[in-house]
Amino acid sequence: MEFFQVFIELAQSTVRVSTPLILAALAGLFTERAGVFDIGLEGKMLGAAFAAGSVAYITQSVYMGLLAAVLVSVLLSLVHGYASITQRGSQIGSGVAINFVVAGSTVILGEAWFRQGGRTPALSADGRFGTIKLPFADALREVPFLGPFYSGLLSGHSPLTYLAFLMVPVSWWILYRTRFGLRLRAVGENPGAVDTAGISVIWLRYRAVICCGILCGVAGAYLSLAANAGFTKGMTAGKGYIALAALIFAKWRPKNILFACLLFGFLDAFAIRYQGYAFPLIGKVPVQLMQALPYILTVILLAGFIGKAIPPKAGGVPYVKER
Amino acid sequence: MSVPHAKLPAWAEYGLIPLVNLAVAFLISGLVVLIVGESPLEAAYHMINGAFGRGEYIGFTLYYTTPFIFTGLAGAVAFHCGLFNIGGEGQAYVGGIGVALACLAFDRTLPWYLVFPIAIAGAAFFGALWALIPGWLQARRGSHIVITTIMFNFIAASLMNYLLNKVFKPLGSMSLETRTFDTGGQLPKLDWLMSIFGLSVGSAPFNISFLLALLAAFGVWVLIWRTKLGYEMRTMGHSPAAARYAGIKESRIIIITMMISGGLAGMMALNPIMGEQFRMQLDFVQGAGFVGIAVALMGRSHPAGIIPAALLFGMLYQGGAEISFEMPSISRDMIVIIQGLVILFAGALEHMFRPAITRIVLGLSPKARDVAATKGA
Repeated sequence: MEFFQVFIELAQSTVRVSTPLILAALAGLFTERAGVFDIGLEGKMLGAAFAAGSVAYITQSVYMGLLAAVLVSVLLSLVHGYASITQRGSQIGSGVAINFVVAGSTVILGEAWFRQGGRTPALSADGRFGTIKLPFADALREVPFLGPFYSGLLSGHSPLTYLAFLMVPVSWWILYRTRFGLRLRAVGENPGAVDTAGISVIWLRYRAVICCGILCGVAGAYLSLAANAGFTKGMTAGKGYIALAALIFAKWRPKNILFACLLFGFLDAFAIRYQGYAFPLIGKVPVQLMQALPYILTVILLAGFIGKAIPPKAGGVPYVKER
Repeated sequence: MSVPHAKLPAWAEYGLIPLVNLAVAFLISGLVVLIVGESPLEAAYHMINGAFGRGEYIGFTLYYTTPFIFTGLAGAVAFHCGLFNIGGEGQAYVGGIGVALACLAFDRTLPWYLVFPIAIAGAAFFGALWALIPGWLQARRGSHIVITTIMFNFIAASLMNYLLNKVFKPLGSMSLETRTFDTGGQLPKLDWLMSIFGLSVGSAPFNISFLLALLAAFGVWVLIWRTKLGYEMRTMGHSPAAARYAGIKESRIIIITMMISGGLAGMMALNPIMGEQFRMQLDFVQGAGFVGIAVALMGRSHPAGIIPAALLFGMLYQGGAEISFEMPSISRDMIVIIQGLVILFAGALEHMFRPAITRIVLGLSPKARDVAATKGA
């Protein structure tokens, strides 16, 4: 029974840690399937988290905070789009630049506006997302096995968490069952063919970049409005890069993204819980190894030792209509 | 591929365009200063004065410039081969192991001028090693160098955290650093160089690794433009298909390029470890690996451009420290913004102003127009 309890607790924190990863990885899925590489997920999330924290504090409204997060993130996405689609510049360079600009300006602006060392003031209950209690969660708590599972694991998360998990099938549906999705994937594989069919490659890629901005915005808002009560300096702490790793680990597919993010989230939750714990047979596992594991796994996958991750063919290549 | 724009004379190509891009980056940074409610002109004054106002300030500026030359060269060597090495940060970090091992082993028995070459070799070795794996993966397994080098930055951070915790930390110490090196592990300051110009270096840790950086810059110039290997690297960078057709071994060149790039990044570790702190600390790289990308982009991957670009960032770091001292609402994070904007405008949006500049330049000088007519689009 105790083992089961531990399992539920671990699973619960896995879900919490995975939420922003899922949103950010899905965000990356939209742009990268359209042929625009994006290593600026980290920066967009951070900018969104800051916007959410500041606006939610000023307006005392969590929805205004969410809206601000999405706006800022979309704006940053458009900068990335302008550089990499219209100006045909280096997509890597643009992503790195966005990460830097956001990392610096969130601290400078936060300090100038709130004077709390780069933090935004702590949010009251109105300024944050509460948790949703599923129906009968309390009544079913005592039921053996099913009770903890339902009330402990499925119930009691932030609405954004449910949204994140819902976005997995929704993204799948958009990408694989709509005309927009088909064209979006086509533009990432063979933009020339899409152009020949009379569809604007540029506009399609811009729409993909905007989709990415929206999802990154929600991911950022989750960090400062749901997981924490406000923004703290550098609060994404590499989550954008882990999401990028998850996206590659998932071979650019929505369903796999869910499992990759849950796996990386689980590693994180596990590392926090079992820090300094001596396991039978292996003994103490250094916490640093657990932290590095998502990256190591991604490298091994990329090397083709566990399956092969094949990126979209036209990924990273700006489209030139005529030569 | 056709040339999208008419060819510009060299002074416009290598002087005017980077300057305009830089000016825009600084203008936008000035806007941020305005938003914060401070005067951009005052900030600019403090920056220039803080970077060059006294001999000691110049010493600090050059101290900060040194690692950026190394990491800028590291980025440039990879660029020439068409590789985007974002792993400079991790390679520099791991390169620190080589420096620390050399110093810890010999600082009590050998003089610095014997420890220095061992430390250089160690830094280059470990840096190259950390770049070898992504290079090998790119060359042999086709995994994207950008992604693997990002991953290796994080793996390096975890690895170094572990090593400092479990291996390098002296017994009973709480802080994550090695013991302080004896005189054998301490590089001499370049006060004699400063005194030639009648300046005093003061407390600035401006040290001999600066000269090594200049030497490395010359070495990179020779490598890229005066050797067969450099020619093969540039061919690969321009057209992998042409390189393959010419019988150049693609994977060999990729791996060698990445090792040289990583070795250069690793040598950056000499400056903070042997030149200032005399011990290896947690996070001693301080983002120099990423600045290297900006430096390489700004310097157009040429050593003659990289040295002034590195100096610019050295000025930003030293002057930025001075600004944050004089104007508390502008912390050193301002540098991070400027750095990002420089990468954006000098890198990703490099061609944004080119059509306008081309029109103006070619309109102004009939001679340039003739050149464009013969060479151009």
